[in-house]
Amino acid sequence: MKRVYTKEEACIGCRLCEVHCLTEHSRSKNIIKAHKKEFPRALSRVLVEELRPVSFAVQCRHCDEPVCVEACITGAITKDESGKVVHDEEKCVGCWTCVLVCPHGAPRRDLERKKVAKCDLCPDRETPACVEMCPNRALVYEER
Amino acid sequence: MKGRIHRRNISGCGLAGMMSEDGRLMSGEGIIRSMEVLHDRSNGLGGGFAGYGIYPDRQDHYALHIMYDDIKAKEMTDVLIDEWFEVDAEEVIPTRKVPGVGKAPLLWRYFVKPSADFNECGVCEEDYVIDAVMLVNSTVEGAFIFSSGKNMGAFKAVGFPEDVGKFYRLDEYEGYTWIGHGRFPTNTPGWWGGAHPFTILDWAIVHNGEISSYGINKRYLEMFGYKCTMLTDTEVVAYSFDLLLRRHNLPIELACKALAASFWTDIDRMKAQGKKVADVYEALRMVYGGGLLNGPFAIILGHANGMVGLSDRVKLRPLVAARKDDMLYIASEESAIREVASGLDKVWNPKAGEPVIGELRIPVSNTDAVRELEETVA
Amino acid sequence: MKTYQLPEVKIERDKDRCIDCQVCVRQCAFEAHIVDEDGEVYSEDEKCVACQRCVSLCPTNALTIKDNKPFVKDNANWTAETQKYIWKQAETGGVLLTGMGNPKPYPIYWDHMLLNASQVTNPSIDPLREPMELRTYLGSKPDKIDIKMVDGEPVLNTKLAPQLMVKTPILFSAMSFGAVSYSVCEGLARASKELGTFWNTGEGGLPQNLYEYGPNTIVQVASGRFGVHSEYLDAAAAIEIKIGQGAKPGIGGHLPGEKVGAEVSRTRMIPVGSDAISPAPHHDIYSIEDLSQLIFSLKEATEYTKPISVKISAVHNVAAIASGIARAGADIIAIDGFRGGTGAAPTMIRDNVGIPIELAIAAVDTRLRDEAIRNRVSVIAAGGFRNSADVIKAIALGADAVYLGTAALVAMGCHVCQMCYTGKCNWGIATQDPYLEKRLNPDVAAERLFNLVRGWSHEIAEMLGGMGLNAIESLRGNRLHLRSIGLSTEEMDILGLQAAGSPMA
Repeated sequence: MKRVYTKEEACIGCRLCEVHCLTEHSRSKNIIKAHKKEFPRALSRVLVEELRPVSFAVQCRHCDEPVCVEACITGAITKDESGKVVHDEEKCVGCWTCVLVCPHGAPRRDLERKKVAKCDLCPDRETPACVEMCPNRALVYEER
Repeated sequence: MKGRIHRRNISGCGLAGMMSEDGRLMSGEGIIRSMEVLHDRSNGLGGGFAGYGIYPDRQDHYALHIMYDDIKAKEMTDVLIDEWFEVDAEEVIPTRKVPGVGKAPLLWRYFVKPSADFNECGVCEEDYVIDAVMLVNSTVEGAFIFSSGKNMGAFKAVGFPEDVGKFYRLDEYEGYTWIGHGRFPTNTPGWWGGAHPFTILDWAIVHNGEISSYGINKRYLEMFGYKCTMLTDTEVVAYSFDLLLRRHNLPIELACKALAASFWTDIDRMKAQGKKVADVYEALRMVYGGGLLNGPFAIILGHANGMVGLSDRVKLRPLVAARKDDMLYIASEESAIREVASGLDKVWNPKAGEPVIGELRIPVSNTDAVRELEETVA
Repeated sequence: MKTYQLPEVKIERDKDRCIDCQVCVRQCAFEAHIVDEDGEVYSEDEKCVACQRCVSLCPTNALTIKDNKPFVKDNANWTAETQKYIWKQAETGGVLLTGMGNPKPYPIYWDHMLLNASQVTNPSIDPLREPMELRTYLGSKPDKIDIKMVDGEPVLNTKLAPQLMVKTPILFSAMSFGAVSYSVCEGLARASKELGTFWNTGEGGLPQNLYEYGPNTIVQVASGRFGVHSEYLDAAAAIEIKIGQGAKPGIGGHLPGEKVGAEVSRTRMIPVGSDAISPAPHHDIYSIEDLSQLIFSLKEATEYTKPISVKISAVHNVAAIASGIARAGADIIAIDGFRGGTGAAPTMIRDNVGIPIELAIAAVDTRLRDEAIRNRVSVIAAGGFRNSADVIKAIALGADAVYLGTAALVAMGCHVCQMCYTGKCNWGIATQDPYLEKRLNPDVAAERLFNLVRGWSHEIAEMLGGMGLNAIESLRGNRLHLRSIGLSTEEMDILGLQAAGSPMA
């Protein structure tokens, strides 16, 4: 399956991936509204880890053997037939077990809504927003 | 130069040439008829011819054809000619009155040999003659040497070519090669010297088209000492052939490949096929890039040993060739050939940039350079 | 000391659009954008260099940088700029430093030349249907070639000097690793390979990882001899002796120690952190004979397999100097006009020394032709080529090809803020800071350079066809295809041009 991969040598730590992820997962999908007018604010599902000069964006790796799926106490996280690790917000009770077990630190806690937020590979787009909007092609979406 | 023609003429034109490779002599009447068919390709502002083999009695002399505005120009020129040459004969070029040809300048011809002491100049005989021609043409007001070869002559005037031919009584000359030209200039200097052919030594060029690369061709030739005094693109063609054939000893085919170069894609293809000649073509383009003639043209080159037809590398001007027995014909239009020859063995449209070459079976060996050239070709 | 300098730009932040994402804060190495403890972002105008990095990356277009030339009382002599320089020097006591090319409003002769096109008497050629040849060979050519016939086939009997074949008459100018980042070098090298042209190492040596691009690389030998060794010479397609640079004729170079990190140190063969100082002259070249010796030393060292170029800045006597260089045995002469760029130059020198490349090309080409030695050398012109029209005009004036420096940098993101010498280039170009350098992804750099040169080449082909020409050599030195507009007769004379409106001749 296609996954988002990070090219650490090209990541410049600008965090535009975060800005556009948040926008993509907002109600309005309007960058200004999403950041200034929507409450609770949407949460970016990608996080840039940085220790200058090194930086890279981390989001759900959609693991082949996802420990979060096994650990989820309500069955909210499943692996679908395409291999994507999907998260059902309806079923999520915000127990943060997945946060605890994920080796990548990918699931994020949406404290306002008591739900986990994780990368869904932007189902409404051909290419995830973070990849498309990266100004330095540090993220790629490809089959490996 | 003379204040009379100081602008380059852009012109469309008609041209024709015929030669007997056996060296049989033909009257000039044929080329006149051939040019008459191409009447519509010219507009009466210039016509001209060159014939080879026409002065058999004085074939070792350079025949200088000179037009003078007035007798003063002649007097000044005569001083220079006496200084540079030994004059064997000097006479008015015979003409007859023809309605289509207007007031003529004074037309003289001289049969000359370089002065005995020319060797002191340290140049070869041909370069000596060129220097003299360029000296007169660039310094003597009202004088213009328009022909300077051996056993050949150029004849040109303002008028339609068929009238010009009759004016010069070409029907009374006999030559083994004839080339002719009718002009359609798009601006009008109305100067007799501006008609084709343009000649230097025995190279005579008639040309249809515009050399868009003129600006660099001129500067390129100037590096080799040529003075482009007439500011016409045809002149550079004549000098280019003189440079490549006489001074650089290139075979005619390769001189044509320098002037109408093969495309790089073709050269690359030949290279890929392992053809050694590709290296020659590549080198020609590298070394003679400044000489490449670019823009639409069809030319016929006459010289002592033959005739060459050549079009530009994408053939933006027409050129047809035909053969019958020992005869080679080249013209802008097939009709000009059919007019003077029936039952042709072969008629063809030469490909862009591919020369049509006619050569005397027994070459004229009038100079060392030509002899060397033959050896190279052989 | 309290600075008297006034901010030159104003950063306008549209608060309605700003989402406090702090991209601007993270992108500005000059720290013009600051975030306070409440997470609110604001800007400090006086730190801004107007490189436009923040503007380009701001996801909401909330930022605008505006000209804010400080108001000084109207005075044609004591302008804001002249006063600024004085304040600066009064505060530092140093030489005014700057980057990039001469920005002064001297005449740009390119904008006083018009190209020709065909109408009726001569058909224009459609490059979409007909071949349009831009291929150029750079190197020394003989005046004639000798042919011998072998079995009726012509065979070349003249040994030709080594040549650089370029598919388009555009090369990348010398920019040294150290002055520019590794990513720039990699981008240039990769683009050159794809375009069928060459890049130039400048005097910074050839980074080990780029040796594979040697066949598309011109290596420089400059007065500091940094990074010069036999493998370096062997790897290259051609060698360029750098005598001068258009931005700073007559002086040497200085790469500050801060820019000499491990990789630069290895490549230049100097200790980490040491200043790399290139002397003004080569101390083994005090005359033209000495230059000739170096040319032939390099030819000997590479067994006469590579063309040797000599790069000079365009100065008053450039034509005679070029003639001397041709006779000294160079295969290529590169001439850098006074608008040529630099990573660092004294402002006064950059802005006041040298002559425009247009005049230099014309003078050199004319001189070499007058001496009938034009075939002996190729001429590469450099110094501020802005677009394909400048390039084609340079060729019509007599250049064989051009070098692009600044235009290549601009393609990669440079916004000509002239702060190269600070090493803080926000675009990852003129910097060795690993955090900043990452901003130029070599993939992106190579692609943008390729696109630029491809676009220009298309335009050149189009204009060439319009003139009724289908091979670039028919335009080279063909000044009849240029006409001047708004120039004095003296300038026209030097350029060898006629006035617009004068007929063909």
